[in-house]
Amino acid sequence: MNKRVSRSLQTVIIALVVVGLLALALGGYFTPVSSRFTRLLVDVQSWVSTRYMAVSDFLTVPRDMASLRQQNTDLESEVAQLQTQVIDLQQQVTETNILSALVDFARANPQYSYKAAAVIGRDPSPFLSYVIINIGSDQGLLPGMPVVTDKGLVGRVDAVIAEAARVQLITDSASAVDVRLQSSKTDAILDGSVTSDLSLDMISQDASVTVGDVVLTSGLGGSYPPNLLVGQVVSVRKLDYELFQQAVIQPNVDFNQLGFVLVITNFTSVNITPLVVTPGP
Amino acid sequence: MRREILLAIPVLGLASILQTSIIGRITLLNGRADLVLLILAAWSLQERVRSAWIWGVAAGLLVGFISGLPFYIYPVCYIVLVGMGRLLAHRVWQAPLLAMFTVTFMGTLELLMLTYLERSLFAVSLDFNLSFVQIILPSILLNMLLAIPVHALIHGLANRLYPVEANS
Repeated sequence: MNKRVSRSLQTVIIALVVVGLLALALGGYFTPVSSRFTRLLVDVQSWVSTRYMAVSDFLTVPRDMASLRQQNTDLESEVAQLQTQVIDLQQQVTETNILSALVDFARANPQYSYKAAAVIGRDPSPFLSYVIINIGSDQGLLPGMPVVTDKGLVGRVDAVIAEAARVQLITDSASAVDVRLQSSKTDAILDGSVTSDLSLDMISQDASVTVGDVVLTSGLGGSYPPNLLVGQVVSVRKLDYELFQQAVIQPNVDFNQLGFVLVITNFTSVNITPLVVTPGP
Repeated sequence: MRREILLAIPVLGLASILQTSIIGRITLLNGRADLVLLILAAWSLQERVRSAWIWGVAAGLLVGFISGLPFYIYPVCYIVLVGMGRLLAHRVWQAPLLAMFTVTFMGTLELLMLTYLERSLFAVSLDFNLSFVQIILPSILLNMLLAIPVHALIHGLANRLYPVEANS
């Protein structure tokens, strides 16, 4: 009986203590104590977690390094591939721009038929200004056909094989093109040179030639169609004791950067040699 | 001998392609290097090589076919170049680079002078001073610059065909 009374008393006391503690806690009297305890708990937790992570890293680093190296190699190879793709695409964009300009030129001059060609080489001799293009007689090319770009006259086909052709540029020292100064309507001869510079000769002394005058093909002689742009006058030499004026021409086409050209296929050059009068015996 | 002749096809073919597509675009003033000429010069200076004349004819025909110059210019010049090379190979064999420079200089000068003469006589009148300063001298300089690496390459190629005995 005594035992049961004392146990009930113990229970009541404990319950009172618990209720008292709860009441004190709810009243906020334990906040400083609980916060200090919580802080201590968090500190311990952080310490244990940090140490665990350190040990875990230490144990797993070699495997991660290997995988990271592999990943790095993969990424580097992917970057190299993408860079190659970027270069390819930039090249394609450049080519597309050039071809688009050529198409614009062809649309603006619908009277001619064209074959587009890529420049694939240059003549081995430094005395000649010839280029090799990647289309030939299989595509309908014939010697004498004019070659142009969207910027203007390039030259004419000199020799043809099945899949390629050699083009004599207007800058070649043996090239001579009949041209006309657009402003003064004066005819002249455009000559190439060993240095690839262009000059105008046989300009009448009476003609008015000024810097900036546009030079076009005249169509005389039958080698080139008329009105193809050649370039502009950059300087004029007029001496009273000479029969003709001379001028230096800046070509519109950059002959060092020729990538694609158009061959005019429906123009046949005329051979006027039989008409040239030769001195009799 | 047969191996040498068979080797001429890829070597001279590749050299012609490189010449027209890459080397021809690298200019000094208006001069250009001539890779085929350099290869012929170096090949003709290799003592154990016996097909240098055939290489000369083949290269001349190949480049003569590509070029706008009259067909005979390159074969004639290359055969003379090989002759000079064979002559020097037996006489200046202790100084191969000196021989290479000599053949390159003489061969380039011969080719360009003959080209100049042909153009002046049959095509168009050319100013000699301008041609000499703008084309001939720069071309000789470019060829001399390329002579050493080309000689090293061709010497290596000849050694592969005819390995030098260890005891010698």
